[in-house]
Amino acid sequence: MLLKRLTMANGVSGNEDEVRNIIIEEIREHVDEIKTDRLGNVIAIKKGKEGFPRVMLAAHMDEVGMIVRSIDDGGFIRFSLVGGIDERILVSKQVLIGKDRIHGVIGAKAIHLQDKNERNTPLKIKQLYIDIGAKSKEEAEKLVKKGDYVAFDSEFIEFGGNLIKAKALDDRAGCGVLIDLLKEEYDVEIYGVFTVQEEIGLRGAKVAAYNADPSFAIVFEGTLCSDISEVPEHSHITKLGKGPALSLMDSYTIFSKKLNQCIHETAVENNIKIQYRQPSPGGNDAGEIHLTKEGIPCAALSVPCRYIHSPSSIMSLEDFEGCKKTAKLFLKGIKKGEYVCE
Amino acid sequence: MLKKFIREMVETPGLSGYECEISNVIEEYFKPYSDDIVKDKLGNLIILKKGNTGDRKKIFLAAHMDEIGLMVKQIDEKGFIKFTNVGGIDQRTLLAQEVIVHGKVDLFGVIGNKPPHILSEEEKKKTVKMEDMLIDVGLHKEEVKEIVSVGDIISIRRKMIDLQGDRISSKALDDKAGVAVMYECIKELNKMNHDCDVYAVATVQEEVGLRGAITSTYNIFPDIGIAIDVGFASTPELTNDDLSELGKGPAMGFGANIHPKVYEGLTQIAKEYNLPYQEEIHPGETGTDAWAIQVTQSGVAAGLISIPLRYMHTSVEVVDLNDIKNAGKILANFIVSLNLVDLEEMLCY
Repeated sequence: MLLKRLTMANGVSGNEDEVRNIIIEEIREHVDEIKTDRLGNVIAIKKGKEGFPRVMLAAHMDEVGMIVRSIDDGGFIRFSLVGGIDERILVSKQVLIGKDRIHGVIGAKAIHLQDKNERNTPLKIKQLYIDIGAKSKEEAEKLVKKGDYVAFDSEFIEFGGNLIKAKALDDRAGCGVLIDLLKEEYDVEIYGVFTVQEEIGLRGAKVAAYNADPSFAIVFEGTLCSDISEVPEHSHITKLGKGPALSLMDSYTIFSKKLNQCIHETAVENNIKIQYRQPSPGGNDAGEIHLTKEGIPCAALSVPCRYIHSPSSIMSLEDFEGCKKTAKLFLKGIKKGEYVCE
Repeated sequence: MLKKFIREMVETPGLSGYECEISNVIEEYFKPYSDDIVKDKLGNLIILKKGNTGDRKKIFLAAHMDEIGLMVKQIDEKGFIKFTNVGGIDQRTLLAQEVIVHGKVDLFGVIGNKPPHILSEEEKKKTVKMEDMLIDVGLHKEEVKEIVSVGDIISIRRKMIDLQGDRISSKALDDKAGVAVMYECIKELNKMNHDCDVYAVATVQEEVGLRGAITSTYNIFPDIGIAIDVGFASTPELTNDDLSELGKGPAMGFGANIHPKVYEGLTQIAKEYNLPYQEEIHPGETGTDAWAIQVTQSGVAAGLISIPLRYMHTSVEVVDLNDIKNAGKILANFIVSLNLVDLEEMLCY
């Protein structure tokens, strides 16, 4: 499954090579033009018919993770976070370091040796380190160097009611949707962008949108879904299994009402479940895209992901398929002259 | 072979009180090297390797086969599972952990957490309490209730990985590392001449109070009983001089729980055969099966060998295979060294 390959690839922000290679290999034969820009964004163009608008579609390739800071005398590796990770989830996890995927673990002092206070205090990033089993700094340095990227080691698993568990669903889910969309034929011109560095500040999208000049843009994401028992209903943001989610407002963007209406109608008319993402924090590439040049109307259609930014994120394959289908039908339904900029 | 055995053990669930499955795995591996294998009423797996003579000196080895884990407490309104711990679990190690819920069928699940985007600064500073965590098995409430019941056990899902050198990382190396030492020892003994009968026991329920050791030692009432467990290895935040180090040999326990002559015998053998060992001082309770063994019936001469282990009771425990192999050799040679020894005399104070 393509989604499995995408999530098993490591692409911490600034190091998107593995993901980029898979994407290029997948879409090459289906697009008219493909290029990688200075920041590493993949831009793929599918020509449209005369009189139809150009549409920018975006998904980010990068994921949250870690980067090696230093190696101590005992061969233990100290690291920093790349992107927003809840430090509390790091303990007792397996990780992969660098291109050679060196296995490491993030351990913690045995519970037997902790005092009561320690048990109730989360471990800070400065207290944590990665153990690769090296006996010395010298041994560790043969395998790992400062600046190596570190990703969670997490299997792709299908389980429950048509669900999958994987790391990096934010935003390989969006990448999966966009790859699939690029394999179809449309009347509109497609300006497909797989962006870098979203997790550290929407960096790739800013430059990728600059030369796009589209009539509008749609961002595909794996988005927050906290529909769990401990969270009150008004903070669920999205619900798992209730279809892809259209964004209304987040920390960076107020999304296009018109686009939202049209996309929503498309889903409803075709009996595809769809939901609105509750206005709430977070953000996506639209934050930069919609402020490009004189402005670009944006929509974001996302696959809800529970436990996002952790090694064990969960999404519904039904939502994923719904996202693809809705976007496909919407794009195919655009008529001559619609959305075309003067 | 040793690594394969350990991998199979750690990836088989074996929670305290529910050791049947793990016990079967262990039995299969020991079968070719033993004379008799029985299970007692609590579930202890007693593996007998007979000695040459008929003098029936009894050496008892104990390594516990149970591991810590979780248990279903409630299935909530939305189908999420609330749970409690079986044994000493550090709640901080549970977030974003994968589990297997052992219901009518095994269900994969994830221990959920709120996304960092919606956490308040206050929340980030606090540990999430176990009672506030939940397991997501991705099914509707009705489906979950069909398969899962209160009291079902939940094991942590973790695959063993190879680290550098001969180091491995997994859950439950506490105390599958000890069972592996017994395996190495019994295999060695198959190539040697030993007079004592050796009872290698994979004990149950150690993590909840050394319970398996209590009953298994009672029945066998050995001359010498040696527990093989794991000990704290030093790491950057644990640099006390008295902690053992990974890869520098098994740690021989010393203190009131350990008969001084057993300690002496084990360290002597290590020196004689040039096998690396370290020392671990126990001022009182060792927290191992040795604690129960010692006070069985009218008293047993106890010994303790600890395999240095990092990050105890997390799902990423680390050991060095060389420590396990060396412990097996020391133990086998110690048992052979007892051939001509009058144990009554040796163990006399």
